Amino acid sequence: MSTSSGYISSTPSLEPSGTGSPVLEVDDLHVEFRVRSGVVHAVNGISYHVDQGETLAILGESGSGKSVSAQAIMGILDSPPAVITGGGIHFQGRDILTMTEEEQRQIRGPGIAMIFQDALSALNPVYSVGFQIGEMFRAHRGTSKKEAKQKAIELMDRVRIPAAARRVNDYPHQFSGGMRQRVMIAMALALDPRILIADEPTTALDVTVQAQVMDLLKDLQRDTGMGLILITHDLGVVNEVADRVAVMYAGRIVETGTVDEVFTRPAMPYTVGLMNSIPQVEAKGGRLKPIVGQPPNLARIPSGCPFHPRCPRARTGAAAAAGRDCVTDLPLLRVVTPGREAACHYSEEVLGG
Amino acid sequence: MTDQQQEDLRRDQVEAGTTTGLAAPTLDVTKDRQNSLWSDAWGQLKRNPLFWIGAFLGLFFALMALFPSVFARGADPRKCSLANSKQLPSAAHWMGYDQQGCDYLANVVYGARTSLAIGILSVLGVLILGVLVGALAGYYGGFADSLLARITDIFFALPLILGALILLRVGPSTGLPILSDRGVGAVAIALSVFGWMTAMRLVRSQVIAVKSSDYVAAARAMGASNFRILTRHILPNAVAPVLVFATITVGVLIAAEATLTYLGVGLQRPAISWGLQISSGQSLLRTAPHLVLFPSIILSLTVMAFIMLGDALRDALDPRQRS
Amino acid sequence: MGRYVARRLLLTIPVLIGASFLIFAMVYALPGDPIRALAGDRPLAPAVVAQLRAQFNLDDPLVIQYGKYVAGLTHLDLGTDFHQRPVLEIITDRLPVTVKLTVVAVLLEASIGLVAGVFAGIRRNGYFDNLVLVSTTLIISIPILVLAFVSQYVLGLKFGWFPIAGIQQGWYSYLLPGLVLASGSLAYVARLTRTSIAENMNADYVRTAKAKGLPRRTIIVRHTLRNSLIPVITFIGADVGALLGGAIVTEAVFNIPGIGRAVFDAVRGQEGAVVVGIVTLMVFFFIFFNLIVDVLYAVLDPRIRYD
Repeated sequence: MSTSSGYISSTPSLEPSGTGSPVLEVDDLHVEFRVRSGVVHAVNGISYHVDQGETLAILGESGSGKSVSAQAIMGILDSPPAVITGGGIHFQGRDILTMTEEEQRQIRGPGIAMIFQDALSALNPVYSVGFQIGEMFRAHRGTSKKEAKQKAIELMDRVRIPAAARRVNDYPHQFSGGMRQRVMIAMALALDPRILIADEPTTALDVTVQAQVMDLLKDLQRDTGMGLILITHDLGVVNEVADRVAVMYAGRIVETGTVDEVFTRPAMPYTVGLMNSIPQVEAKGGRLKPIVGQPPNLARIPSGCPFHPRCPRARTGAAAAAGRDCVTDLPLLRVVTPGREAACHYSEEVLGG
Repeated sequence: MTDQQQEDLRRDQVEAGTTTGLAAPTLDVTKDRQNSLWSDAWGQLKRNPLFWIGAFLGLFFALMALFPSVFARGADPRKCSLANSKQLPSAAHWMGYDQQGCDYLANVVYGARTSLAIGILSVLGVLILGVLVGALAGYYGGFADSLLARITDIFFALPLILGALILLRVGPSTGLPILSDRGVGAVAIALSVFGWMTAMRLVRSQVIAVKSSDYVAAARAMGASNFRILTRHILPNAVAPVLVFATITVGVLIAAEATLTYLGVGLQRPAISWGLQISSGQSLLRTAPHLVLFPSIILSLTVMAFIMLGDALRDALDPRQRS
Repeated sequence: MGRYVARRLLLTIPVLIGASFLIFAMVYALPGDPIRALAGDRPLAPAVVAQLRAQFNLDDPLVIQYGKYVAGLTHLDLGTDFHQRPVLEIITDRLPVTVKLTVVAVLLEASIGLVAGVFAGIRRNGYFDNLVLVSTTLIISIPILVLAFVSQYVLGLKFGWFPIAGIQQGWYSYLLPGLVLASGSLAYVARLTRTSIAENMNADYVRTAKAKGLPRRTIIVRHTLRNSLIPVITFIGADVGALLGGAIVTEAVFNIPGIGRAVFDAVRGQEGAVVVGIVTLMVFFFIFFNLIVDVLYAVLDPRIRYD
């Protein structure tokens, strides 16, 4: 399949020729949830970009805002209670947030597509998988029902679902977990999106199936040159497939860089804690070091550095340098080494060991 | 788990010799969850206007049933004078007079006691039958369950009013105690006999769900008896849905009593009942509509009180329904 | 599926027998004498009593009586009333009236209930939603008896929009009783639809549909309504069975000569054969429509398979 979908070809400046500008750029995005008990600050000014053919992993514990930011990009936040209070989301140079409803809709699918964690609930139980895949062609290209089904079979073949032609009329519950996730992937890839957001795509699957699905995603990415945003809390998956990683904490990006650098030499105590919580083959017999304390309450984010209540290196009062008091001064994301950014007042010390 | 259940589980363990009685079982998480169910429910109820309307109406009619003479403004429902027949409402007699010239307000007010008595008695009957059959079927399963479920199906297929209608009609000729005297007891029995099926299904499904849970398995492993497990561990879990059901059903059964009485098989004169009042007012609908109107309104408000309370309880106790 | 339906049909037989036996026992077996009840205060000649007793098998043990009744059923002999009129004839005479009433009621219930529920559910907590919530609470709370009288008095007597009683004006005379009969179910359908839609609007697959870039209309109609209406349609299906047997009060108040009215008259007159015949028919309707609903469920929701 080529990348000449109706949407892409109608915008010639957006040919996937690698012009250097990122396909997707998130700029200082803010999202909050206004609920009865108060305001939950889910995303507090995050910025990142994804280039063609690149894989960006967004890493964080649940409640760190990683999924919310992805839903904001897809325009599928439940609103109310969610409100995007600031920032921009630029897809191929245009801000999605300023587009009309209809323009946004036309981007979902051919421009940006998404796969979800739980394919069983994410697929409609009362329609066959072929119908649901085919819907993409019918809604965006006006393909006939019959032709859409044919294309659905092709896609199911492409995501390596055995006997696709026979299974096209089956319903989601008749597939295994791994096969269902492949159906989701087939559906997301139907219109050759430039960006694929995968929100915990393998969390619900067995380990062996996880690897197969990730391999499939990698292969498909290589074929199509799409940018991949991988949202996960699985450090192993990040290590294997991602090019760059953005670590999120309390709705902020606290560290970014290439996977190799961030994993081997973290520049932020939270990332250090994450890395320490991975079981190491070499450190057999040793104890794992979990991060102490509770994840922050997003309705009452701690002052200063949101991580300070759990941070072993937090400094305050006389121990802190001027303007770098972890309890009162919010550390901003800053370049710590070339290509590396971290939000910590004392990154240099962290890097120094 | 409630405090009571937790306490019981501990006692089972101690009795079975599997614990010293000093080592506290670590069940705090479950306990918190159950506690929070009820305290969350109360928090939810407090904000629900339906609950307050229902509670106010319910209390109002309960007081009316307990102290009718106060609400009747001192009038005696049986002190009648044909000279006043069918008089329309006035400042002195808020609901006018009925055909026999009795003060209608007093009659309507005294009807509350009958209605509430039948509502509560028959719900008790429904609960006894439903909980008994449902708990047995759910707990023992197998053949007993199939048999009891079939019997429930049979009763379920008979409309409540129809079944009670037949039973009450043949009642007087049976010579059986209570059933043959066409009083409050007979109506309550008839409504119970044909109204227990939903309670049974509710309890049965709860029992089956809880039966397979870990803490019941634990209690059984520790040698607690069947009866003890059933009454101490399983049934308390069915309290929330049964409470909702019972509250709504009081309303439904009060309406059913009025209907049966209207159809001529329920309470008989000289009993005072809204159903009787509606029935005798029916033929005078053109000339004295207030005779049908007032008992109808009061009857509806009473039923509404219980249905609103039940609705509010369901919203509060079912976390799935919260938005 | 065919096997399932066959098995379910077989399973209905014990329920049908059980229910009719229950009624039969209540009517014939409880201590008391239907013949004396029939006669009222008038003394009957012993010979007449004996003849009546023999005709209605009253001297046999209950099980034998019931056996003879079932034997008659197999060739559609439901017995006769005390005036020698075949029960089957009474039923065929009265049933069309009740069927008409049920059709009107179900149409009203489905159309008004669905429309109200859909609009309330789509804009949950909006003005219309609250209106539906309040009005359904009111309707559910008002006993059908009261509703029948009030609507008869206001809409029939005061405004004169509808006939007060009887079926002289054809389908039009069924409108008001149908509405009264349907009122409770109508309110329930509205609520069920509302809850079901509101639940489905938050479902993951609706979010997926949005992420797929489907137009809003498609999302609502294809991915929200289609799924939400499954429980509603099955409720309405089962309700047909219940309405066919539940029209006693409505038919009594509006003086409609259907089977509800017939069974009521028969109960009052202790016409045992008529009561048992009609009630058995009602139970059959109830079970039959429940079976239809189960089959319908499997058709509407592919996750449900009966094998």
